[in-house]
Amino acid sequence: MSDSNQAGQEKTTPKKKSKYDFTDDNLPLEINLSWCKACNICIAMCPQQIFEPDRDGRPVQTRPADCTQCTICWVHCPDFCIISTVK
Amino acid sequence: MATTEKQKSDITHKYLRPQKSFPSVWCPGCGNGIVMGAFVRVVDKLGYSKDEVAMVSGIGCTSRLPVYLDFNSLHTTHGRALAFATGVKFGQPKMKVVVITGDGDALAIGGNHFIHACRRNIDITCILINNHTYGMTGGQGSPTTPEDAISTTTPYGNVEKHFDPCDLAMAAGATYVARGTVTHYPQMEKIISAGLEHEGFSLIEIISNCHTYYGRLNRKGDAPAMLEQFKENAITTGKAKKMDEQELVGKYVIGKLHEDNVKSEFCCEYQKLIDHQKG
Repeated sequence: MSDSNQAGQEKTTPKKKSKYDFTDDNLPLEINLSWCKACNICIAMCPQQIFEPDRDGRPVQTRPADCTQCTICWVHCPDFCIISTVK
Repeated sequence: MATTEKQKSDITHKYLRPQKSFPSVWCPGCGNGIVMGAFVRVVDKLGYSKDEVAMVSGIGCTSRLPVYLDFNSLHTTHGRALAFATGVKFGQPKMKVVVITGDGDALAIGGNHFIHACRRNIDITCILINNHTYGMTGGQGSPTTPEDAISTTTPYGNVEKHFDPCDLAMAAGATYVARGTVTHYPQMEKIISAGLEHEGFSLIEIISNCHTYYGRLNRKGDAPAMLEQFKENAITTGKAKKMDEQELVGKYVIGKLHEDNVKSEFCCEYQKLIDHQKG
């Protein structure tokens, strides 16, 4: 797929996919739902609003592409549920 | 090697006690968890080993905190955390002694120990998590409950004046005094770090949320709403100098309030006395 895009557009499209390009298959955060108490702090504090509550009030990453890895969600998580997936 | 985002977000899990069952006992959204995370990240940043740190706590919601962390810990009687910590520091002067205490624990039941630890200027870091109420026993009014605030023991509004722990510590002779809130995370990490590094008694007051009792009775909303209010009501020390007392009612002045590096530390003075008597 990347080969066909490269022709003529080398300046606009990067050759290698960035590790910060998140999609639904490549989620930015890993949420430990067994420790989550559904306090909604991550949902309320995220500046990009990537989370939405599910039926139990626990966060679901509905807009993963907007995540900027700003650290606000996991430093404010009182139960240490959120871990970044960026290696 | 630069640490990745995954490693940075995973630091806290290295310091949790493996035999403890998680999630913790605290209510959903309790600020104690945020302070616990900040403390652990600071210890990791400063490079202290697990054996080097001793955590002492009394009774209360806040004092459950050392139970979850894999440091040397002492869970003591109500209000006496600073008294036990003085003993630990005296026996092991090289150890970093940290007292985690709540507002009721430090200022009501252990008020005397608090002012005398400040007076001695012993090298203890006291992290006082102030949630303006007695959370564990059911939302009774504590010494830091603001005037006119409702609690289960003051159902028509509090008529008492409240303590300012930072002013109290400064007057009693503590040499590092700072205040933060759970919302201002980077600043909180900074003051905890400075308090641990400081030689002498350091008081770190952290304004936290008790939305289960204080927030519910005073219609402050849930945990995210209370965190948002801390953001609105917090004022930095520089700004607060230009404001008069009337404007500062109900606001939290955050930042480093007092630092004194001249006053001698208690354990050092005692060692000097021992050396002098030995000749």
